[in-house]
Amino acid sequence: MKSLIDILDLSTEEIDSLVDTALDIIASPAKYAEKCRGKKLATLFFEPSTRTRLSFEAAMMELGGNVIGFSEASSSSATKGESVADTAKVISCYADIIAMRHPKEGAPLVASMNASIPVINAGDGGHNHPTQTLADLLTIRREKGHFDNLTVGFCGDLKFGRTVHSLINALSRYTGVKFVLISPDELKLPGYVIRDVIEKNGLPYVETRSLEEVMPELDILYMTRVQGERFFSEEEYLRLRDSYILDTEKLKGAKEDLVIMHPLPRVNEISVAVDRDPRACYFKQVLNGKYVRMALILKLLTEAGTI
Amino acid sequence: MKIDSINNGIVIDHITAGRGMELYRLLGLDSLDCSVALIRNTASRKMGKKDIIKIDADIPVSFDVIGYVDPGITVNVIRGGVIAEKRTIELPATLTGVIKCKNPRCITTVEQELDHVFKLVDRETKTYRCIYCEAKAE
Repeated sequence: MKSLIDILDLSTEEIDSLVDTALDIIASPAKYAEKCRGKKLATLFFEPSTRTRLSFEAAMMELGGNVIGFSEASSSSATKGESVADTAKVISCYADIIAMRHPKEGAPLVASMNASIPVINAGDGGHNHPTQTLADLLTIRREKGHFDNLTVGFCGDLKFGRTVHSLINALSRYTGVKFVLISPDELKLPGYVIRDVIEKNGLPYVETRSLEEVMPELDILYMTRVQGERFFSEEEYLRLRDSYILDTEKLKGAKEDLVIMHPLPRVNEISVAVDRDPRACYFKQVLNGKYVRMALILKLLTEAGTI
Repeated sequence: MKIDSINNGIVIDHITAGRGMELYRLLGLDSLDCSVALIRNTASRKMGKKDIIKIDADIPVSFDVIGYVDPGITVNVIRGGVIAEKRTIELPATLTGVIKCKNPRCITTVEQELDHVFKLVDRETKTYRCIYCEAKAE
């Protein structure tokens, strides 16, 4: 049974095909409106994540399907001590596909090993969130038309940001990609990601603390939130925080066709004034997330022989 | 030093000198009723010094444990006083129930019945990662 647990479960051909399906859904939504009629998506959210859950639910509804599920562990059998494996077996009797969010890393993999229906990882702790990466990839494809030969800047918390690690993993499989890693020393990209992903694929990268310095060369700027709790002292946090806030001033040296992305929610790392800049794509990313989840549900249900 | 040869049992040979005790513990040999000999730092033409474990019973042993602790070990199964089977153990591709995941965020910390499974991701550096959370084995 094919599930999606890690973005690397998908080949580049499969990603290209998902993106193509998403683009076709955007172009001809009516063609897809009944594709999942009579089918059910179970959203098993053991921790709250309103936006991701609603995105999955909207995706299934726009395919003509139905949704069942829960939005936090307290309203599930987990409170009675039921294991993830048992939950997956039980839900397999009710639904056709599962989207699972869980605070523990690896829980969706356990579900996929026990379910008889496809499982989509909708985020497992700080580990994986493959559909966010698919949303990011669809956004890049829509804005740039391709994944090859792009200079991609990641800015902010590169140490703990799972969306950053996943997107680097996914983009590392394309040719001519260059990574620009912008962060304070405390939040640099972990050595194993550089070693096992970027260097292993022979791709160039630079590490810098200054966003302004590298801004002119970027095709994509992927912003993330620098969280105060990641620092040893409040003083250090306050000293560094503003260096990683994107405002109209810092954008002055940027390319005309720069694509500004952010996995959201944003707190203050992108000034609201930037929202009016046509290069700001982070709300488009949200919409793209729904389309690519539609494409993914279709792919998995088709492969399972359900539709 | 003389250790009697065994008639039916297992000889774990070519253990890197000093690792015999670790293997002894991991294989749970302390709980066996039969004779078990742990020979440390004995002379070896190939290795200079080596450890050997002799078990005087044909018990099932975990080749995964052996391969993980010390790849290159030879396991000889003795039946009727002769070597009936000889296996050189390599680093196993998967380890099930051998080491525990220590990542507090891993699903294995809350679901006790789950097997702790690690996959070999780099043979050169002998790196194993948890299949659930991808934490590196310590």
